[in-house]
Amino acid sequence: MRVRRLAAWTALPLAVTLGLVACGSGGGSGSGESDPNAAVRIEIAEPQHLVPTNTNETSGSQVLSALFSPLVDYDDANKAFEVAAESVTSSDNKVWTIKLKDGYTFHNGEKVVADNYIDAWNYGAYAPNGQNSSYFFEKIAGYEDLQGETPKAKTLTGLEKVDDLTFTVTLSEPYTEFKTMLGYTAFYPMPKAAFSAPGVLAEGYEQAPIGQGPFKMKGTWQHDAKVEVERYDAFPGEKPKVAGVVFRIYQQQTAAYADVLSDNLDVIKTIPTENLSTAETDLGDRFKQSPASTFQFLSFPTYQKEFSNPDVRKAISMAIDRDEITTAVFKDSQTPARAFVSPVVAGYRENTIGEAGQFDAGKAKSLYQAAGGPSEIQISYNGDGGHKDWVDATCNQLKANLGVNCVGSAEPKFADLLTKLKAKQPVGLFRMGWVMDYPSMENYLGPLYSTNGSSNYYGYSNPEFDKLLAEGSAAPNEEEAIKKYQQAEDLLAEDMPVIPLRFGQNNFGHSTKVTNVEMDLFDRIDLVKIEAVK
Amino acid sequence: MFRFILRRLLQMVLAFFGTTLIVYALMFAGQGDPIQALAGERPVTEAQRAYLTEKFHLDQTGVGGFFYRYFDYIKNLVQGDLGESLTGRQIGDILAAAWPVTVKLALIAMTVAVLFGVTAGVLAGIRRASIFDNSTLVLTLLVLGIPTIVLAPLAQYFLGVRWQVFPPTAGSDPDFYALLLPGIVLGSLSLATALRLTRTSVAENLRADYVRTARSKGLVKRRIVGVHVLRNSLIPVVTFLGVELGNLMSGAIITEGVFNIPGVGFNLFRGIRTEDGPLVVGIVSVLVVVYLVSNLVVDVLYAVLDPRIRYE
Repeated sequence: MRVRRLAAWTALPLAVTLGLVACGSGGGSGSGESDPNAAVRIEIAEPQHLVPTNTNETSGSQVLSALFSPLVDYDDANKAFEVAAESVTSSDNKVWTIKLKDGYTFHNGEKVVADNYIDAWNYGAYAPNGQNSSYFFEKIAGYEDLQGETPKAKTLTGLEKVDDLTFTVTLSEPYTEFKTMLGYTAFYPMPKAAFSAPGVLAEGYEQAPIGQGPFKMKGTWQHDAKVEVERYDAFPGEKPKVAGVVFRIYQQQTAAYADVLSDNLDVIKTIPTENLSTAETDLGDRFKQSPASTFQFLSFPTYQKEFSNPDVRKAISMAIDRDEITTAVFKDSQTPARAFVSPVVAGYRENTIGEAGQFDAGKAKSLYQAAGGPSEIQISYNGDGGHKDWVDATCNQLKANLGVNCVGSAEPKFADLLTKLKAKQPVGLFRMGWVMDYPSMENYLGPLYSTNGSSNYYGYSNPEFDKLLAEGSAAPNEEEAIKKYQQAEDLLAEDMPVIPLRFGQNNFGHSTKVTNVEMDLFDRIDLVKIEAVK
Repeated sequence: MFRFILRRLLQMVLAFFGTTLIVYALMFAGQGDPIQALAGERPVTEAQRAYLTEKFHLDQTGVGGFFYRYFDYIKNLVQGDLGESLTGRQIGDILAAAWPVTVKLALIAMTVAVLFGVTAGVLAGIRRASIFDNSTLVLTLLVLGIPTIVLAPLAQYFLGVRWQVFPPTAGSDPDFYALLLPGIVLGSLSLATALRLTRTSVAENLRADYVRTARSKGLVKRRIVGVHVLRNSLIPVVTFLGVELGNLMSGAIITEGVFNIPGVGFNLFRGIRTEDGPLVVGIVSVLVVVYLVSNLVVDVLYAVLDPRIRYE
């Protein structure tokens, strides 16, 4: 998402140099013992905002993950478990009771109570506050009344305090996986000190956010430079193993990469593409990969006649050699996708698109011709996102395997592509990407393919699919819900409104001065596990 | 002299408003959907869109909308308010944080250019066709031929990462040493140009009549070169350096990016990338002032260097 045209210009010469000198660095330093008094330095970009309900990019949420402790977190099987919450329960999946653990305090000494959550969520949902993550609250009853220019209400009717440590959340519709949603940044509490009046954020709160997490702010947010946090000793949860974290702000990841190579920075969260080919030699076992939630796909304007036949769409999918592209173009920094949901969510099954995901040029061509596919294919993409290489590679495969003429067509920015799509202008096939908001199959299916989905730009509409999704949301438990979602995914595999291409991977690295560097599903470094080496 | 400066200052006011109008118009015309640009590829909620649209008058489009927004901007500007960037930060604050570091960087680059460029230029001019002259010619051509976009990462990789002579990036609150490498990289292009200019100018002046006269009346060589030739040779160099000072401040986009220096170029780049109109116009407005002032200083310096030049 952070696109650097400039970086692209640097890419070639830099790659050439790095290739020429192909250095062998590495070698550990120090005694290897953990140093609880050291601070670690982590690369981020300048956050857009540091208010929980207004932060929806990874840099901001990385900083907030130090300052706040979530209600729930996710285990190795991507199931939610309680952290700051004692329990999250519901008998009907509509009214949820959230009990908080006792003993949590904000960094200014305030005790964490149910009202802190209710105030923060009300603030986030109230449309005139213009919060980026307000849509996370749309499932809560009363959300509609908080929308528009002059909303009817200022608070969500669905949030009710029971006692100091308990509150209930009433949803407008039953939603089985509500607990899973609660791990994201938007659901953090905010202290009384954050508000100057009810519903009005205090000026300056964003410059030094007060949370209830393992770290507290050290000074204020130094824009374009750094955000410093230090260990909060009164934190009742799992204590971090470092004294503090300095989030250093970089504009270009190449600069951060140079700093990690020379131990001037401890963690780089994304290794720049131009350095990927040498990262393994440069960093050795300090080069890390972990699954990410990103999902890249090609979409069809299914409302156009030439793409309305599912067989045409399947044939195109079959004619693409995913493995070759991920290896040749992406240097295995992403993995081939043959399903509509990412492996990071519970309920993921490999290869749900079946035959359509198996590269077979001969079969593809005969299927394509039998279905009467168009002889000209255009693939539209945003030119600022480094997509040209793989789109051209895909086009070449389609040319060779289907015998059609294929051109890649770049729009300057993603916004320009969206404008054309909304106006239903013929753009041919177009690339899209998805990053999950919360680890649930529903988050990969609902917004993208349901008839009224917020990001359904392909005009796909299948009443059966919509029905299965609704049944999944209202299922009595998660297992039942996943079953329904899987059935819905099978319908997608039959219709193929989009072609799954790749799942993302986090490619990160660290210096010789830290160990236990892990990245979670939201592209955040785990700040409780990371250790500094003496 | 006083009237000259006054007249120039008045012209500067006009030039300032003219350029802001043009820059504002360009940003306005080139603006696709800044709200979507801000969000990247994430969907933008209706609430967020409505909020930003109202705050920045983004619904005001067309010619009428342009003048409405432009005059709104100018009205605030005259009151000393540069407005807010799309992420809600005061542009005045952004600039206040960014300028000092950029000025430091530009001054280092300038010092490097003057110190080495002019000195080596004078030497090369005096010893025309010597080994020194020829080797500087080759070296400067090499530097002029390599764009900063290549030079900066190369210098960073070899001097910062491989041999660890300099810190690879400067970061926030950089000390002088951390800024030295970016300063040299930034100044190397001006250095090469200043060297070529000085060399040509000195070589030409050495053959001038007044030098022959000075020499024939028995003046020592040091005085001929140090006072007479140098003073006359510096006029083109000063012109160049004056313009270059503006360039160094605005043109540090690449260098500041590579070495992670949160200066003006760093912010300008981000502003352009995220279609942050107010931020770009704010930065460019200040850059215009820098250019105008440095040009004025150059003009005044002419009169100091060459008494024949008078301003009335």
